[in-house]
Amino acid sequence: MSIPLSWYLILAAALFCIGLYGVLSRKNAIAILLGVELMLNAVNINLVAFWRYFNPAQMSGQAFAVIVFAVAAAEVAVGLALIISVYRRRKTVLADEIDLMKW
Amino acid sequence: MTGEQIIFLITGVLILVSALLVVTTPKLLHAALWLVAALFGVAVLYATLQANFLAVVQVVVYIGAIAILFIFVVMLTRRELMEKGRQTRSNWWIPALLGLLILAGLVLLILSIPGVGRTVTVLPAGLDSVFALGSALVSPDAYVLPFEVASILLLAALVGAVYVATLDKK
Repeated sequence: MSIPLSWYLILAAALFCIGLYGVLSRKNAIAILLGVELMLNAVNINLVAFWRYFNPAQMSGQAFAVIVFAVAAAEVAVGLALIISVYRRRKTVLADEIDLMKW
Repeated sequence: MTGEQIIFLITGVLILVSALLVVTTPKLLHAALWLVAALFGVAVLYATLQANFLAVVQVVVYIGAIAILFIFVVMLTRRELMEKGRQTRSNWWIPALLGLLILAGLVLLILSIPGVGRTVTVLPAGLDSVFALGSALVSPDAYVLPFEVASILLLAALVGAVYVATLDKK
């Protein structure tokens, strides 16, 4: 392992910011969820890198990463189900047009 | 520059390029496929970090389940949005600026962490990381409670997803 820890952290920061840009700039609700997935992956890279470099005998980093996997799967399942439901009723997946609760 | 560093750099470029394509490609199906590439790159990173179990789970769960779910939903809702032209907001430069600012801040913060340039040689002798992770997840001294809460969350989310997505029978 001759890779400095900072390389992983900077890569994860860049991935997080790209995901953030996607979430904020996309119109389509599915594309927004794609951005959220990128952000979750960036966080996971950080968790695993800190596990490997600081305390590999303690499994905290990997255990948290596993829980993030489970939460990501739950988030995608519910999010996509909501999108399909909205699409059936209103024939759109554009976040701007889903404005029933806007006042 | 060693072999590992070269692998890291190639993987990093792959991840960042595919992530940029995920957030910029107008065609959503292509964006979902680029997401698969980015997730695969992250799996390679886990392998370089010697987190073997997570590398496999990344491929099986993220690419095998989540990305495929995205592709299904893109195909179920596709017709309307392909023709609508621009996929990004007109004021897309505000998020871009925000992202760059946050990136600059994070990089400054990361470089100020003590010991951030450290490199590791080998895992501690006799550490089987898959075994250790498995026992940490079910041991009462470690993470059994968060693990169970996560599984209940997953169950509730799946039941909720089925309920939300089914057609009304009226």
